[in-house]
Amino acid sequence: MATTTIGSVMVVGGGISGVQTALDLADSGFKVYLVEKRASIGGTMAQLDKTFPTNDCSMCIMAPKLVAAGRHHNIELITNTDLEEIDGVPGDFRVTLKQKTFRVDKSKCTGCGVCAEKCPVETSDEYNEGMRKRKAIFVMYPQAVPLVYCIDRKACIGCGVCAEECRAKAVVYDKPDEALEIRVGAIILSPGFDEFDARIKKEYGYGVYRNVVTSIEFERMLSATGPYFGVVMRPSDGEIPKKVAFIQCVGSRDEKVGNPYCSSVCCMYAIKEAIIAGEHTKGLEPHIFFMDVRAVGKEFEDYRERAEKEYGVKMHRGTRVASVEEDPVTKNLFVRYGGNDQIETEEFDLVVLSVGMRPAADAEKLSRRLDFKLNKYGFCETDIYDPLCTSRSGIFVSGSFASPKDIPTTVAEASGAAAKAGSLLSDARNTLVTVKEYPVEIDVSGQEPRVGVFVCHCGINIGGVVKVPSVVEYARTLSGVVYAEENLYTCSADTQERIKETIKKHNLNRVVVASCTPRTHEPLFQNTIRESGLNPYLFEMANIRDQCSWIHMHEEEKATKKSKDLVRMAVAKARLLEPLKKSQLPVNHSALVIGGGLSGMIAALDVASQGFDVHIVERTSRLGGNLAKLHHKEGSREPKVFMDELIDIIRGYPNITVHLDTNITDVTGFVGNFKVKITDGEVEVGAIIVATGAVGYEPTEYLYGQDDRVMTSLELEEKLSRREFKGKTVVMIQCVGSRNEKVPYCSRICCSTAMMNAIELKKQHPTSEVYVFHRDIRTYGFREDLYREAGQLGVNFIRIPEASMPQLESSEGRLKIIARDVVLNEDLVIWPDTVVLSVGVRPNKDNEELAKMLKVPLSKDRYFLEAHMKLRPVDFATEGIFLAGMAHWPKFVDEAIAQASGAAARAVTIISKDTLDTEGIIAAVNEDICDGCGICEPVCEYKAIQIVKISDSQEKLKAIVNEGLCKGCGACVAGCPSGAMEQKGYKTSQVIAMIDTALERGDS
Amino acid sequence: MMATNAEKLVDESTASEEWDPKIIVFCCNWCSYAGADLAGVSRLQMPTDFLVIRTMCSARVDPEFVLRAFAKGADGVLVAGCHPADCHYIGGNYRTRRRIAILRVLLEQYGFDPDRLRLEWISASEGEKFQKTIREFTERIKEIGPNPLKED
Repeated sequence: MATTTIGSVMVVGGGISGVQTALDLADSGFKVYLVEKRASIGGTMAQLDKTFPTNDCSMCIMAPKLVAAGRHHNIELITNTDLEEIDGVPGDFRVTLKQKTFRVDKSKCTGCGVCAEKCPVETSDEYNEGMRKRKAIFVMYPQAVPLVYCIDRKACIGCGVCAEECRAKAVVYDKPDEALEIRVGAIILSPGFDEFDARIKKEYGYGVYRNVVTSIEFERMLSATGPYFGVVMRPSDGEIPKKVAFIQCVGSRDEKVGNPYCSSVCCMYAIKEAIIAGEHTKGLEPHIFFMDVRAVGKEFEDYRERAEKEYGVKMHRGTRVASVEEDPVTKNLFVRYGGNDQIETEEFDLVVLSVGMRPAADAEKLSRRLDFKLNKYGFCETDIYDPLCTSRSGIFVSGSFASPKDIPTTVAEASGAAAKAGSLLSDARNTLVTVKEYPVEIDVSGQEPRVGVFVCHCGINIGGVVKVPSVVEYARTLSGVVYAEENLYTCSADTQERIKETIKKHNLNRVVVASCTPRTHEPLFQNTIRESGLNPYLFEMANIRDQCSWIHMHEEEKATKKSKDLVRMAVAKARLLEPLKKSQLPVNHSALVIGGGLSGMIAALDVASQGFDVHIVERTSRLGGNLAKLHHKEGSREPKVFMDELIDIIRGYPNITVHLDTNITDVTGFVGNFKVKITDGEVEVGAIIVATGAVGYEPTEYLYGQDDRVMTSLELEEKLSRREFKGKTVVMIQCVGSRNEKVPYCSRICCSTAMMNAIELKKQHPTSEVYVFHRDIRTYGFREDLYREAGQLGVNFIRIPEASMPQLESSEGRLKIIARDVVLNEDLVIWPDTVVLSVGVRPNKDNEELAKMLKVPLSKDRYFLEAHMKLRPVDFATEGIFLAGMAHWPKFVDEAIAQASGAAARAVTIISKDTLDTEGIIAAVNEDICDGCGICEPVCEYKAIQIVKISDSQEKLKAIVNEGLCKGCGACVAGCPSGAMEQKGYKTSQVIAMIDTALERGDS
Repeated sequence: MMATNAEKLVDESTASEEWDPKIIVFCCNWCSYAGADLAGVSRLQMPTDFLVIRTMCSARVDPEFVLRAFAKGADGVLVAGCHPADCHYIGGNYRTRRRIAILRVLLEQYGFDPDRLRLEWISASEGEKFQKTIREFTERIKEIGPNPLKED
């Protein structure tokens, strides 16, 4: 460990994983350097069209995080940069970076895009997987962060057109590469994965037949920003395909190509692509060819079910495609596949290859330079009990760099990695971060509005269509406007200085900028006016570029008139703007963890080791939870050994208080300030982590409890661990209590548990016969190794039909199993001496009660429901409450640990602060008008409104808004029948002023 | 960079132009306003006769706003929000859906063509849907004709 601890962290890789880690660390008092080898952050997720299982638009949900990372004053984006060398010890590393030149000055480039429009050179567009061209000067995608153009050295011919066209003079051809040296306390690796190169599977004809595409290419084809603008058509002839085949496991579960593992995500993304393609083209017939469908995540099985039943996706279960051949005339494709017992051929218009995940191309180089180990498949090596740690101390890992995984798992891990770095560097928290200082706010109350209007040319983006000088002239005539001017780029650094001077010189007390969109630029201008002493809410924007000059490019007159209308509306609102205060709420620097199982203990430890007090409330008399029931050795040690170590650490930890035999009885308060009543008193905390776990299903079927020869998989595991099991003919039945009508979901862990049991059994008794009856074997990720090993040890796998489970009878004292074998297409009868039921996982029965107290929702399967299934996997919609472990969904030890660390990191982003700002644009009640009718109360999604007595002595009621909970949507305002509710910044009078001025006639 | 079929889509509104309708479009900040921006980023061309007012959530669109717009002479009002289940504020758009449905019934009862009020779900990635909606709605309003309440 270093003598001085450096309070900064380097995150390598700017995909969703790196972005999440960077945000969590920067919000917990650490300086972050986010290093990305490409010109912009965003990674693979930025290329996706939609995400499963919610079909959310990928860019829509990701862009706010990208913008937040780009704008965070404690995150420095270092893009186009490779990591060269590292030296030092945990807590104090020296990292050498090499930044490839953009040939564009980042401080000057405004991202207007004129250079790319004029650039005469076209080259392959990587963002669109080469299916489209981009220019030699480019941004990766329209919403790129940072939005800085970059010259592609290989493609550029040096003609100088871009430099000539650039009004901001940002192009600098001779800008050299730069070497950077940065000192950081810890490093987090999240460089992601690469796709499998489908050319290696020659039999599928990728790269030869034009209508064979990869899944990521198809993703781009689906996207509105893709090569065909969202029209799904065949690359060969532009025809709309009617029949599309998805071929699974291309470069996964395939020893021949050196990737024997399962890539975990392809089943789900293929189903998603099939559904979305069907939405693009009515009557589309999608077919998916797969061995097992691995729908193991939250609501995945529902999604699969809907794909088949509602969207008509045809599933070819248990098939492997032998080859694809093209009809040279029609360019249609013949897919030859092994069905149940024969080879069949079917014709398709388009074939999509679901390519698997490979280790990142530079994984090996990185492992050499940073001296950490890779596993046998070339991914970063981790231990099941340390899923976020590399083999080198002080270097952590998250996301698909360690194993193939989906986005929510990645995001949870990304937060978890932040917790690991935070624990290592907690002494140096807040040592390198900066807090922005602003001048004392000018009191504008009682002043007549003095509005300043700044109209942007945006190079030629606005000025080329809209007559900017005439808009400025017009603005000067508007009531309340005392100053107006035009700028080449209102967003440039020098204009910010100009705005500040102008505010002083003309005593402006309201500012309107007419330029691009407030979604990206409002915070910049608000910051500018704040720097000259104005409240940031005395600002309004008119969007005359994105929503005017760009969409009315050929109508100068009308676009100019519309710009005037938009400016008039903005000024009308600006006149009525009021300064808004964000109140500051004090924060209690401690956390409560509900549940003392594996996830609860890890979460508690990862909060406590960052220097905060933690209470663990456990309702039973011991710590450990379900972990005590696991016996198979995975990774470095047995679960029991690990559990005992963990309990010892928790017991000896000075700032962790364990409350055993304790229940939660009431929760009040809000983020930063919760009061929680427990059996023996009350605790006050700033954040709460729910880690209450789940329970195993107790079967009522298959003679369980009536016949000793029938046991659950956990009971078998225990008997095997004691070497007490003597069965010779063992039948394992999968999905007992899962994937049926009553419990439709897949319990995720039972297949792998059965494999571990089967392997142990065969090792203890090599001559025993083991039969596994299953519909799919869902050993995803590296756990596919278990499936393969079980097969090699001679375990018999029998695939049964989707809808007909095996029958068990006790006949003359013997157990008899009858089941349909779909491969042989006949009934099988087996006389086992033991039947093992692979029982599913069930949510805790008292989840409802706890959810009610915490005011958080449950999913339809009665697990706790996170704020967003993709990008907020450990947060609840209610701020300050977090989620980890099996309370969220069934999961393995390593997954639970990573998620618990993630929940800890998220909690620390709150409790590491001294105060929290409330939203400025929240709802407010006019108590003179409010008659306490209560209509607003149920309208609020955040339970921020309460109906209370006006005073203790009066019966009359009124609504009050909890500023800590209100998110400022305004739904209650529109619901209020008496006009007593208002939204600050969007007051009824302000919006009506905009409506009225919008409809004023003709003088513009 | 976002070279589109802009050229082919040269303004259609000039052809059928006799009067310029006035249309107010309420867009929620998170989805529809972003979708309108994307239409711009993608240079998708459309008629000019609409003005966007941004609210944080479509649920902020008080029925009063809609009635005010009509009273002041708007020929059409479009309310655009996040798709069902995508609302940034959990379920605000469901409230909008109910409010607009009722409002349309009321408008009709008062002899006002309910087609002057339209609700659309437009996500942040649906620049094209924004364009299509504006085109179709403008056409429809032109068919219906000027707002009878408009003073002249």
